[in-house]
Amino acid sequence: MSAPATTTPSTLPSLVGRPVSFKTTIVLGLLAVLAFVFFGALGSDNSATLRLATDGDLFALPALVLPGRITGIVVGFLLLAIAGISFALARRGEKLPAWAVVVFGVLFVLGFLAWAVSGGDTPSISLTGLLKGALTLGIPLIFGTLSGVLGERSGVVNIAIEGQLLGGAFSAALMGTITGNAYLGLISAAVAGALVSMVLAVFAIKYLVNQIIVGVVLNVLVSGLTGFLFGQVMTANPEAFNQPPRLDRLPIPFLSQIPIIGPIFFQQTIIGYLLYVAVIGVWYALGHTRWGLRTRAVGEHPKAADTLGVKVNSLRFWNVTLGGAIAGIGGAYFTLEAVEMFTKDMSGGRGFIALAALILGRWNPIGAALAALLFGFADNLAVVLSIVGTPVPSQFLEMLPYIVTIFAVAGLVGKSRGPAASGEPYVKE
Amino acid sequence: MSSQDQTVRREASLTQKIAGSGWLMSLLAILVSLVVGGLLIAFTNETFQESLSYFFAAPQYALSAGWHAASAAYVALFQGAVLSPDTGFAPLAETMTNATPLIMAGLGVAVAFRAGLFNIGAQGQLIVGAIFGAYAGFAWHLPAALHLLVVVLLAVLGGALWGGIVGWLKALTGAHEVILTIMLNYIAIKLLDWVLNTPAFLRPGETNPISPLVDKSATYPIIVPGTRLHLGFIVAILLVLAMWWLMNRSTLGFQLRAVGENPAAARTAGMSVKRATFLAMAIAGGLAGFAASAQIAGTEQVLANGVAGSIGFDAITVALLGRSTPWGTFFAGLLFGAFRAGATNMQISTGTPIDIVLVVQSLIVLFIAAPPLVRSMFGLNRLAGIKKAPSARKAAKLAATSAKSVEDAKTAPAVGQGKHAAASGGDAPTQDAAADENTSSEGGTK
Repeated sequence: MSAPATTTPSTLPSLVGRPVSFKTTIVLGLLAVLAFVFFGALGSDNSATLRLATDGDLFALPALVLPGRITGIVVGFLLLAIAGISFALARRGEKLPAWAVVVFGVLFVLGFLAWAVSGGDTPSISLTGLLKGALTLGIPLIFGTLSGVLGERSGVVNIAIEGQLLGGAFSAALMGTITGNAYLGLISAAVAGALVSMVLAVFAIKYLVNQIIVGVVLNVLVSGLTGFLFGQVMTANPEAFNQPPRLDRLPIPFLSQIPIIGPIFFQQTIIGYLLYVAVIGVWYALGHTRWGLRTRAVGEHPKAADTLGVKVNSLRFWNVTLGGAIAGIGGAYFTLEAVEMFTKDMSGGRGFIALAALILGRWNPIGAALAALLFGFADNLAVVLSIVGTPVPSQFLEMLPYIVTIFAVAGLVGKSRGPAASGEPYVKE
Repeated sequence: MSSQDQTVRREASLTQKIAGSGWLMSLLAILVSLVVGGLLIAFTNETFQESLSYFFAAPQYALSAGWHAASAAYVALFQGAVLSPDTGFAPLAETMTNATPLIMAGLGVAVAFRAGLFNIGAQGQLIVGAIFGAYAGFAWHLPAALHLLVVVLLAVLGGALWGGIVGWLKALTGAHEVILTIMLNYIAIKLLDWVLNTPAFLRPGETNPISPLVDKSATYPIIVPGTRLHLGFIVAILLVLAMWWLMNRSTLGFQLRAVGENPAAARTAGMSVKRATFLAMAIAGGLAGFAASAQIAGTEQVLANGVAGSIGFDAITVALLGRSTPWGTFFAGLLFGAFRAGATNMQISTGTPIDIVLVVQSLIVLFIAAPPLVRSMFGLNRLAGIKKAPSARKAAKLAATSAKSVEDAKTAPAVGQGKHAAASGGDAPTQDAAADENTSSEGGTK
């Protein structure tokens, strides 16, 4: 080995050890103090009841009863302890392990729940229902974020997720109504999402137009196109064009009766089950197959991949198209599962949230899906808590997921590095 | 090379120039987009669909029905945006009124683009600016000129604050500006909803979330009597000039562009990337704040949930269409303002949904960004001296090799630094156009 290589090992540890970052500690510390003061010291004397049982369970679990103030204080202490450990580690130049951050998050949410629910007019919520709704609201986000993963990992920035979701929703409603079959509607949603993606791919790959521009413009195009057709065709004759059938729930025998897990995971429509397949499929395929290796190579270093005989642009094209089809299925959720009709701009910016989840999950399919789930949870939390009637203005509850995201991105994730060639067109020389 | 060759070459280059010119491409792009929009209107027309059943027996009925539907819609659009038989050029004033906030916010997005930042947050910056400005407008009572000045100042401050947060967080922690701006948009929307329900903002005796009207002294004076066109439009033009100066003549502008094109090189040259990031976002937010003032002190004169409309998002398209240059943004803003003004009239008089305008607008941006596509549609490649549609790789290769001349000629961002050029959003159309012109001239020499 050459001289520089031999000197590296000796200098490496000190180089890594030196930069002491207290960023995580500061964020965790702030949150812990907030939790201690608000959830603990200023907490309510009432108890919060978190119900776990649902109808049809094999056996009924007792409800969780948390005394407001005491839970807050205990949680506050635990959080402060984690922040303290983080401080100690940071002084030694080490980072808090990821699982500790997760524990911190779960405890914080628990403390928040105990505080918000115990302060409500009816201090009782169904925890199972809360989690179930979180997954349901997360469905379009997770499908959308997977579309982003497929695009960006192969080197194409996919800002058009919103358009793919909306196109899928529209197509599912239209074809579902015309054919009278929800499953055909679902297929057409995938086709519509793929079509939107193909436009993105053609402009980005063949015409080398900046991918962010194409994405933004495609969102507007799909919004305009579906809005126009909605106004011109659908509203005039909703029976013929805008009354799609709803997808049936398909509870899995036995599994669906397990308390907590059953209602959350195993009472889905086909879209829900496709979600599991998609998340695990994309994760496995990206990490463990030849296709995945090529995709990642094309996203990180297209030239090297090309040298080894990978057809860079064609692989990118098909990956982006596949992503669009996946997002399209997510869009079908709006019109085949949530409500049985299409309305203008009904995806409501969820494509952008999916994009945020993608970056928050660091371009990893599982991470992105979990981040999307977090948004779904926060969304549903705001809904549930507004029913309970907490003292906090509802707008602030609705703001919470976005503020938490900013904290997470600024404090915990920090400088996120996407696939190296993402956004760069590949030009063979 | 013989003299005859040179003459041939010069003659060829004249047609090439026309066929390959940016202006012609832009015009053709607009034309194609309008045609596509017209086809959409025609196909979804009920009379057209009914006459389809006997299309093969008498196609003229279907064709005329489609033609009438599309032309009626576009005539209404034109009458609403430029010249109306009843009110003369009054619609033009409406176009300019609509264009004012679009230009201002578009400039904000463009500045951030040039600094390599993708600012999706104009909407949030506009909303916060509107909250600040509106409060000063209705809660404080000051002498005429001073009051307007204070309102505008506070609106700009609010926008700059919201944009500055993004720049600050990005500079401090490296957080991705796309996430930050998206999140801050949502936070601003909720914040607006909340303040409108507080006693400080809620109009007395009103339960709907709407603020009191701002004082007369806090509004932009009308500059064309009988229309809504206000002084804000002049402010928009001044801002275009100011931005042109800032980006092309000032040290700060040079630093912003340098950071946008190649942060590593800028850092090596001794520039502070963090400072540039913060300033670019704060300026972008401030410009969105100006757009807020155009709403608060101009057209709306009241704070409500819909105060920002979709201006913040349209501003992105405006900046993209304007290729992130100040004057480009100005004309793109005017065009979109015309579409907005005309679309209202079109919906009222022909019942065509307003959304068709979104379709046409987005198609225009797409086509302008991809000149080879438009050229091949019109068979202009042959005229421009290109044997076949320039393959993507050829175009980019030439762009890379000719980066320097393009940069000199257009003060456009440097190309060929792949990653950084791509990262700085708005640069690419320029890059693409440059690539195009080069393919044309290169083709001619062969």
